[in-house]
Amino acid sequence: MATPIIEAHNLTVLYGRKPAIWNVDFKLPEGQVIGIMGPNGSGKSTLLKSIMGVVAPTTGYTKVYDQDLNQVRHKVSYVPQRQEIDWDFPASVWDIVSMGRFHVRGLFKRLTSEDNEIIQESLEKVNMLGFAKRQISQLSGGQQQRVFLARAIAQQGELFLMDEPFAGVDIATEEMIVDLLKEMKDQGKTLVIVHHDLHTAQSYFDHLVLMNTRLVACGKTSDVFTDQILTDTYGGKLTTIAKISQELENKEFPIRHQ
Amino acid sequence: MSFWQNILSYFSSEYYTFWVVSIGAGIICFAAGIVGTFSYLRKRALLGDVISHAVLPGVAISFMLTGVKNPIYFLIGATTSGILSIWLVDYIQSKSKLKPDTILALTLSVFFGIGIVLLTKIQHSGNAAQSGLDSFLFGKAASMTLQDVIIFSIIALINTVCIAVFLRAFSLISFDEEYAKSLGFNIKIIKSFLALLTVITVAIGIQSVGIVLMAALLITPASGARFLTKSIKKMLIYAGVFALLSGFIGVIISSSGTAMPTGPWIVVVLSSFTIFAIFFGKEKGVIARMRVRKSNNVKINNENILKKLYKLSEEGKESIHVDQLSENQSIPQLKTTLKRLEKKQILSQVKGTIILNEKGKIAAREVIRKHRLWEIYLSKYFQLDEDHLHDDAEGIEHVITPEIEKHLITLLDRPEKDPHQSEIPY
Repeated sequence: MATPIIEAHNLTVLYGRKPAIWNVDFKLPEGQVIGIMGPNGSGKSTLLKSIMGVVAPTTGYTKVYDQDLNQVRHKVSYVPQRQEIDWDFPASVWDIVSMGRFHVRGLFKRLTSEDNEIIQESLEKVNMLGFAKRQISQLSGGQQQRVFLARAIAQQGELFLMDEPFAGVDIATEEMIVDLLKEMKDQGKTLVIVHHDLHTAQSYFDHLVLMNTRLVACGKTSDVFTDQILTDTYGGKLTTIAKISQELENKEFPIRHQ
Repeated sequence: MSFWQNILSYFSSEYYTFWVVSIGAGIICFAAGIVGTFSYLRKRALLGDVISHAVLPGVAISFMLTGVKNPIYFLIGATTSGILSIWLVDYIQSKSKLKPDTILALTLSVFFGIGIVLLTKIQHSGNAAQSGLDSFLFGKAASMTLQDVIIFSIIALINTVCIAVFLRAFSLISFDEEYAKSLGFNIKIIKSFLALLTVITVAIGIQSVGIVLMAALLITPASGARFLTKSIKKMLIYAGVFALLSGFIGVIISSSGTAMPTGPWIVVVLSSFTIFAIFFGKEKGVIARMRVRKSNNVKINNENILKKLYKLSEEGKESIHVDQLSENQSIPQLKTTLKRLEKKQILSQVKGTIILNEKGKIAAREVIRKHRLWEIYLSKYFQLDEDHLHDDAEGIEHVITPEIEKHLITLLDRPEKDPHQSEIPY
C-alpha cells in the first residue's frame, strides 16, 4: 500500500472502564470509498470521532496523511451523525453550511464573498440552494443530511469522515448521496463512511473496515466481504466480547497495567 | 399641579431611590437575560439554578474571612464557589454513571446546604455586621445604591461586548460541540469563558434579586424570546429587552404598594412576557398556529366550491344557482365563501347565479388535477380498492403544493385519465 491516508495504531478508547474500541490497528488507502461496518455499539462512531480528535484515545494513536491530525486538519471534513443534533436550534440552512468556512476564517473574521460563493456552490451540489433561508427545524431527515453534507463540502477538504449519512434518509437523498460520493471519488477525494446496511455494502464501498469493538477485518471489499468474516463480525464473537466488556465494567478490572 | 409638573415631579429628589432601583434592576436583568440565552440554547437550563445556589457558601466564607460586607469580597467568594460547582458537575459527569439531572440536583443541594449551614453559624456568632446577610436568599433590591447600578452597568456592558465578539464561537458550541472540536477550535476555553460570564453575572445579580430568582432571570427571557424568532441574534435582542423591561416594571409594581417584594415581581412580569410570547409568537405561537388552521379551513372551503362549480360546468351547466351548491354546508357559510371568491375575482354572481371567471377556471382545474393525480398515485403504489381512493383524495388535494404536484406529474409520467376514467385537466 502507498502511504496510508489514515493509520490507527494500538487504538483503545474507554468510556469509563468499558472499551468502546479495543486494540485496533489498520491502515486505509487514499482515494477510495471506505465503509466502517459492524453491529450496534461496536465502536464505529467512536472510531470516527477518535480519528477526528473529538474523542481522546486512552492508548494508541491515529495518524492522518502520516501526520498528527492538527497538522492536516484543514484537509479533513467531519459529518456528524444527524440524530445526535437538536434540529430545533434557531438557525437557517445557510447558517449551518457557513460553519464549514469557520476553520478558514476563524472565530472572529467576517466571511468573504468568496466564502459565500463556496457556500452557495455547496448547497447547489446537494440540491438545497432553494432552502438556504429555511429554518433547520422545518427540514426532513433527508434534507438535514444534505445540509450536513453541504457543510462538509464547503470545508473543501480531501478526506471526508461521515457518520451514518444513509441512516433514516429518503430514497431520493440516498441516490443523491451515492452519486455525490462517486463524483467526489473521481475528484480524488477519500471518503470514510460509517454504515449500517449490509445489503448495500458491496455496491457502495471499495474498501471495508469490519469491527466489533476489536477489529475483525480490514481490506478490499472483495476480499473481506465473506460469509465467515461477516459471521465473525455480527455473530458468535459478539457475545464473548460483550461478556468480557461487562465484566470489565462491573468488577473494575483494569484493562491493562497503568 | 399641571400635567407636566406632575410628570416632572417623578424626576425630583424624592424619587431618586425609585429611579436608582428600577434602572439598576433593569440593567442586571438585561445582563442575565442575554448571557442566559446561551444556557438555554445549550440545554443547560438547570445549570443556572445550580450556579445561583452554589454561590451562597462563597458569600458566607468571604464574610467569615473578612468580617465585613463588601460587595467586592462577596463577588470574589461567590464567583469562586460558582465556578467550583460547574467544575464539580463536569467532574462527576466524566467519572460516574449518574444521569446529568441527578448530578445537577446533587451539586445544587450540597452547595446550598453548606451555604445555609455557614449562614446560620454566622448569624449565631454575635457579629453585629452580619445583619442582612440573609437577604442573599430573596434579594433586597430596595437597598440598591448608585454604586450597585454602576457595577451592574459594567457587567451588562461586558456581557454585551463579549457576546457580540464571541457570537460565532458561542453559537457554534451551542449547536454542536463535537463539530466545533473537529474544526480544531479549543472548545474548553470557549465553554469556560461562557461559564465565567454566567457565574460573574449571577454573583453580581444575587445581591439584589436573590438566589432563588436569579436562575429564573437566566432562562425565562430566552425561553420567551425563542417563541418570537428563529435567529440567535434576534433572540438575544428580544431576551435582553424582555429582561430589561421586566426588571424596570417589576420595581414599579413592587414600589406601588407596601411590603411588595421586588424579586418575585420581576419574575412575575418576566413570566407574563413569556406567556405572551407563547400565545402571540409569529410562527410557534398558539395564536399563529390557530390562524394557520383557520386559513387552511378557508382554503378547503374555497377549493371545494370551485371543484363543485367545475364539475357542474363539466356537465354542461354554465350558470349555476346557489342552491345547487349546498350539500353539507349551511347557506350563510356558503354565501360568505362565495363572496370571498367574488372579491378575489374568481367568480361573478348575478342574481343568485354563479359564473366561474377565467381565473376561477384555472384554480378549479388545479384542484381537480391534484385530486385525480393523487388517486392515480394511490392506486398505482398501494393496494387500495377503487372506492377508497376518492375519500383519501378529498383530504389530500388541499395539501399538495405546486412542488409536490410537479413531482407527482413526473413520477406518474403525466397521465391523461384517473382511475375512474375521468380526464385530468392540465
